[in-house]
Amino acid sequence: MSDGDDGLDPESIEVELFVRAMQLRHGYDFSGYAPASLKRRVRQLALRLESGSISALTGRLLHEPTLLPQLLEGLSVPVSDMFRDPAVFRVLREQVLPVLASYPHINIWQAGCANGEEVYSLAILLEEAGLYARSRIYATDLSAGALQRAEEGIYSTREARQWSRNYQAAGGKHSLADYYSARYDLLKLDRRLRRNVTFAQHNLVSDKVFCEAQLVLCRNVLIYFSNPLQDRCLQLFGESLVRGGFLCLGMRESIDAASSARHFKSIDAGLRLYQRNPDAIATMRPPAP
Amino acid sequence: MKKPEAIVVGCSAGGLEALKILLAGLDPRLPQPLVVCSHTGADTVELLCELLARVSTLPVVEAIERTPARGGVVHLAPSGYHLLVEDDGCFALSTDPRVSHSRPSIDVLFGAAADVWRQALIGVVLTGANTDGAKGLLQVRRQGGCAIVQCPADAMAKAMPQAALDIAGADYCVPLDAVAPLLNRLCCP
Repeated sequence: MSDGDDGLDPESIEVELFVRAMQLRHGYDFSGYAPASLKRRVRQLALRLESGSISALTGRLLHEPTLLPQLLEGLSVPVSDMFRDPAVFRVLREQVLPVLASYPHINIWQAGCANGEEVYSLAILLEEAGLYARSRIYATDLSAGALQRAEEGIYSTREARQWSRNYQAAGGKHSLADYYSARYDLLKLDRRLRRNVTFAQHNLVSDKVFCEAQLVLCRNVLIYFSNPLQDRCLQLFGESLVRGGFLCLGMRESIDAASSARHFKSIDAGLRLYQRNPDAIATMRPPAP
Repeated sequence: MKKPEAIVVGCSAGGLEALKILLAGLDPRLPQPLVVCSHTGADTVELLCELLARVSTLPVVEAIERTPARGGVVHLAPSGYHLLVEDDGCFALSTDPRVSHSRPSIDVLFGAAADVWRQALIGVVLTGANTDGAKGLLQVRRQGGCAIVQCPADAMAKAMPQAALDIAGADYCVPLDAVAPLLNRLCCP
């Protein structure tokens, strides 16, 4: 922005080299991530792993293969809440699930499930709507560590009161506490809630569609992606969704400028709920070799 | 300093009243975007936009991801998200963990803005009861930008401007009434 006779600052160069090394060494491509947040995360990783500098972290990335899980975790979407933005879950409950109920089998893709808070929120919604027995939730994330935590379903009780309020505001029929057992400062969600959940590693940057879904949830994940990668993901979601299938994004996301947004029509603009248009979507060409 | 290209403002406790006074005093011809991170505790930023638009000389809108910070417009960080700026001057959001118990965090906004606008950035820290913003203001100064801090004695809550002075220092330390005239002088042609 400021006119650049002073060139790229050293830290930006360090981040670029880190991203390049990540791709060459481990095959993970973060070049499509939005730079401002990526830089923050890489900076924090360097601090957390006591590497001294981003360049030093890049050195470790190259020579310590066991570091990879920690790196992926630090670079992918970290936290969520149960029933975050209750209004969204209320609309899912009241408007989307009744439509899904008309399908004999319901497939839901939760893309970027992080530690799983929304997976369990969704399972509770389906359970209370009497639909869970014929539903399958595909919960995917880039980070194996996050997937493992999602599968365990153990969280700190610190946020439990807020989550209960969210659940009630989302139209919950019982008490959220009916779905977990608490011990000391941890709560563990009822394992029955994940009986129809498939947890799987999936990279939105490079992987393809793997299921036909009636609903795709991907909330506050694309905010970390630059415009071309955001567009790719919307294309991917369009390909995955059945005609008339639903897409739910984070409440402050904007997709208007993305060309793949043409595959969707807005159902509730404020809540970022969309429905796939009926016209056919050409499958994405495989990336050039 | 270079000719300013953007202004970032951070405030917390007492911030609403302070912002009203600041925004009412700005020159309507202000050519720079003004980006505000305020911990209002409000659920929605819409209400805050509306309250401030009533008194502001400039339009007040929520900062929308992937859209540019526009000159002569006040952009507010949405609640529940960190607000950042990309190199092309467009906004980006993040749900990364809270910083200094805050999301949006002033440190995050100031840090990102400092990386983009460097010497052409003015950072303003107003009233507040925590220390968010101090590290961000330090980054603004390290990149060669200009720091304005409300005099702690003049602030409804002193902790935030005091922390900013202690950690980052300031190019100008002035009472609230003087902030808008100072910005007008530094920014308007």
